[in-house]
Amino acid sequence: MAAMIAVKVQSEPFDASAEAATLSRGRTDVGAVVTFTGICRGSENGEAIAALTLEHYPGMAETEIESHVAEAAQRWPLTGAIVIHRFGRIVPGEDIMMVATASSHRAAAFEAAEFLMDYLKTRAPFWKQVEKASGSAIETSWVEARADDDSAAARWVKPHQAAE
Amino acid sequence: MKIRYFAWVRERIGKPEEDVVVPAGIATVAELMTWLAGRGEEYAYAFDNPKVIRAAIDRSHVKPQAEIAGAREIAFFPPMTGG
Repeated sequence: MAAMIAVKVQSEPFDASAEAATLSRGRTDVGAVVTFTGICRGSENGEAIAALTLEHYPGMAETEIESHVAEAAQRWPLTGAIVIHRFGRIVPGEDIMMVATASSHRAAAFEAAEFLMDYLKTRAPFWKQVEKASGSAIETSWVEARADDDSAAARWVKPHQAAE
Repeated sequence: MKIRYFAWVRERIGKPEEDVVVPAGIATVAELMTWLAGRGEEYAYAFDNPKVIRAAIDRSHVKPQAEIAGAREIAFFPPMTGG
């Protein structure tokens, strides 16, 4: 059976456990489902935040995620994969995004999920803006990219790609 | 050619997108950034440190030395922070 793939870029909230459940429902070839959910924290660098606003590049965000999910499905024997990423204003406690990968065995599901997360952080065109909870005035700032996200993504580069 | 800006690049320039006629002789993404930076204070501010600006041609990531010939849409943005 072909891998069940779903990529969604949306402003609406989603139900991560219900989404992940679709990867194994009615199938007997799935032995492992790994899920990761990114959640909006209530503080950033020790300061309370009111919300995160995620900006994205419509069109490019979907194709960038789709191409990495397709690559994951080539590199690991997946039975399915789901990536959902929200944009717009998200308040603390709400889910921002999820990755779920399914396979017959756990190693492939774990590795594919990590690969997708590392690539999403460095290649998917989304930007986070923090809204601070400072009295009545709304103070915003952009989250800076982290160098360790780049090094995490670099570990998945195949030797022939590194030479390019 | 359509140029799009995202996140703080968009905020600094003050618009999300525009159509520009790029002069002949501007061949690469890096040259386009230099040319844009000369268009006014807000552009100079946005492209103040071109090393940190990422670019995409027709919605695919490209390096600064990429050729812009034939591009329909070029986007400039800071390093991504999704996930």
